[in-house]
Amino acid sequence: MAQILVVDDSASMRNMVTATLQSAGHQVKDAGDGQAALTIAKTGRFDAVVTDLNMPIMDGIELVKNLRSLPNYKYTPILLLTTESSADKKTQGKQAGATGWLVKPFNPEKLLATVDRVLS
Amino acid sequence: MAIDLEQFHEVFFEESLEGLDLMEQGLLAINGGEQPDAEVINTIFRAAHSIKGGSGTFGFTAIANFTHVLETLLDEARDGTRILSTEAVDLLLQSSDCLRAMVGSLQAGEPIDDSTSGPLVVAFEAMLAGDTVPASEEASTTVPDAAAIPSVDSGLSHNDIVEASINSLLGADDEASLNNDGTSGAGGSDEDGGSSGGGAEWKISFQPDPEILMTGNEPLRLFRELAAMGAMRTEAHTQSIPDFDHLSADECFISWTLWLTADVSRDEIVEVFDWVVDECKLEVELVGDASEELSPVVAEESAQAAESPQEPAASAPVSEPEPVPEPEPAPEPKAAPVATPAATTPAAPATAKESEKAAPATPASSSSSIRVGIDKVDSLINLVGELVITQSMLSELGNNFEMEKLDRLSNGLEQLLQNTKELQESVMRIRMLPISFAFNRFPRMIRDLAQKTGKVVDLQLSGEQTELDKTVMEQIGDPLVHLVRNAIDHGIEPAEERLANGKPEQGTIKLDAYHQGGNIVIEIRDDGRGINPDVILAKAIEKGIVSAGEDLPESRIFDLIFEPGFSTAAVVSDISGRGVGMDVVRRNIKSLGGRIEIQSKLGSGSTFKVYLPLTLAIVDGQLVRVGTETYIVPLISIVESLQIKPELVNRVSGDMALYRLRDDNVPIIPIYREFGIEADNTVLENGLLVVVEGEGQKIGLLVDDLLAQQQVVIKSLVSNYKRVEGVSGATILGDGSVSMILDIAGLIRQVSERSQKRRGRKSGGSGSNSQHQAA
Repeated sequence: MAQILVVDDSASMRNMVTATLQSAGHQVKDAGDGQAALTIAKTGRFDAVVTDLNMPIMDGIELVKNLRSLPNYKYTPILLLTTESSADKKTQGKQAGATGWLVKPFNPEKLLATVDRVLS
Repeated sequence: MAIDLEQFHEVFFEESLEGLDLMEQGLLAINGGEQPDAEVINTIFRAAHSIKGGSGTFGFTAIANFTHVLETLLDEARDGTRILSTEAVDLLLQSSDCLRAMVGSLQAGEPIDDSTSGPLVVAFEAMLAGDTVPASEEASTTVPDAAAIPSVDSGLSHNDIVEASINSLLGADDEASLNNDGTSGAGGSDEDGGSSGGGAEWKISFQPDPEILMTGNEPLRLFRELAAMGAMRTEAHTQSIPDFDHLSADECFISWTLWLTADVSRDEIVEVFDWVVDECKLEVELVGDASEELSPVVAEESAQAAESPQEPAASAPVSEPEPVPEPEPAPEPKAAPVATPAATTPAAPATAKESEKAAPATPASSSSSIRVGIDKVDSLINLVGELVITQSMLSELGNNFEMEKLDRLSNGLEQLLQNTKELQESVMRIRMLPISFAFNRFPRMIRDLAQKTGKVVDLQLSGEQTELDKTVMEQIGDPLVHLVRNAIDHGIEPAEERLANGKPEQGTIKLDAYHQGGNIVIEIRDDGRGINPDVILAKAIEKGIVSAGEDLPESRIFDLIFEPGFSTAAVVSDISGRGVGMDVVRRNIKSLGGRIEIQSKLGSGSTFKVYLPLTLAIVDGQLVRVGTETYIVPLISIVESLQIKPELVNRVSGDMALYRLRDDNVPIIPIYREFGIEADNTVLENGLLVVVEGEGQKIGLLVDDLLAQQQVVIKSLVSNYKRVEGVSGATILGDGSVSMILDIAGLIRQVSERSQKRRGRKSGGSGSNSQHQAA
């Protein structure tokens, strides 16, 4: 199955997303902020990235921008996990290069369906 | 449900409480009415935001709804449309308390009480309605989010007030379900394609921007999703593809027309394009209903589209970035059950369920955990590494030992000793937390108390990084709170009084923590009016704690405030005097093996010093010998050790000897008699007496010899053997022998019980001296 990088500063959300993806057979690595995620991303190759927006040190938007500038992540699907359904955040995310979003609260089924949607 | 969300609850509770602490700290850093530091606001917002996201996901609707209102206010503060007033900060602080209580209820498995949150929401509502910044319009877009939170927690009281006020507050236009906000503008949803039986035929024109691939969006995936809805045929328009030299693999030059026959609404179709609406031209039209026979045409046409000669060039740029085996949607031409993607979607939860079953479910345990800095763990691993090296060196030596290797052996043993010591210290450090955990609650408390009393108080913290055992930390919190409360309530004077006495208007309370000789000292220092010894003494005499004639040194007088039943406040105030007296403070500190000291100067302030052991697992002990046994007396309880002067021994009550120690009469307890063992010396005269103190009383322990002082590791007798009167635990000495640690408080209790009994018997007229001696 796919290699997925999960980024969220909230341990409970991170655990939940990680466990859900693992339960579907995906291999998951996780990080607590954008900076840490970027470091992990550089050392490996991921088929998809699922990231929170609001994080300390480096937020989700910055992470997306940084990832898109790496050759390995030019086309990688990046999903934003966010409670902010307001249009401007989504636009910011899109402009930075995010593929799509998943609005909190979501349940494990919804998460898997959305991730499946971006995995070829 | 495939995943049991409950397993994440405990972590969610913990991080929420941590988030609330951060939020509180941030709020306290804000001066109402001023533009605060952006990072501070961000931190506060992030905390609220995370709690909202988590609580929604884990089904704690009441918390999610409440946090939503908070977040709305904070969002305005964050984007600069609102300056947080002092009232707003107060309200937010109260909300963090309320949220803490809500999380606490959930943690305890109790229903959430919305009696606090209700009024707070009303207050927020009033505050948000108070100004007509267009920001509220922006906020309305987040409403569907909160409204759509599934009320999974039917067991918890649903917070109607919250719901209602959010709606009225933001003028909710609840058109949006979770995913389709932002899309309604794409095609005007008024003609909602009568998606009745059989299905309608939709014509979808999709012209992606060339850059669409750069965001990881792949048109093929969108088509796959559409195809899962019903029968679809596609037509690719390849006329915009430049010649080969100008072809860029990064860009998409193809546009498509799709015909979908399916029982779906326009919104459902648009939702598929939700992520790319800004990156394409999309038109969705209803072209007919399902009466016509479509399937053959579909198959033919889409096959043509995929296989026409000019196609390879067209599909190249699309498939290049992410190699897809099949070009174009040709794989799904049949109108019949095509839905491969649809099949995988429901399948996923099923597999999830199975692997979930297989995985050992970790139950959400509420056992207390500790968060350890990674550096501590690393140093531990490092030390273990060294230990392994030493061990392998020693076993190598042992395998073929010759006398000339003796030097290396003793070096190796030396190294082992060093490793063990460092390892022990390192492991101990894991239990240690910086005292800031206990100090953090004070800024908020001082703020609240200052508001309540109208006093101006500045709190200065230092030594926050000083580390303390976790158990000690948990138990010292309440006594410290009490002491700080007292300092504000009784210590710091009202501003007018301070000014009149030539002091600065603002009072200062300093909290400091530092190491001092194997102890942690926590100082609570105020620059208030100080303690008046005359008042204390008068009060103590009035309460009958001391008799009128006694001449006490100042330090003893200060100690009187720790006596049970002593309270100097003429009127029990709202702040102090909550039924917990200073006697409880001292008792708690003593139960931790610590002590408290007061220094005070009338007119210029008081200092309370709390001495605590570094850890409860290790005690500083004085080794004493009685006969062949070695006992350990905790150093902290020793007042002094002396050689008995016969003229100061007084046998008032016949058998029990009292020793005159300055103003005190100290009962002498011969340890050999207490534990029924043989001693070298059984006569009091010129014997060694260790005077110890516990629970405000002193006794003298008669011993044969004073040995070394050393740190000993406490082993529980209760868990290894059983409870023994007068012994608090045991330890293993360097020579391997077991030594008992004396329970001074327990011994003192026994002594006073015995003397009470004796008095009882005396008054009953019976009982002989010899009997008591045997006891």
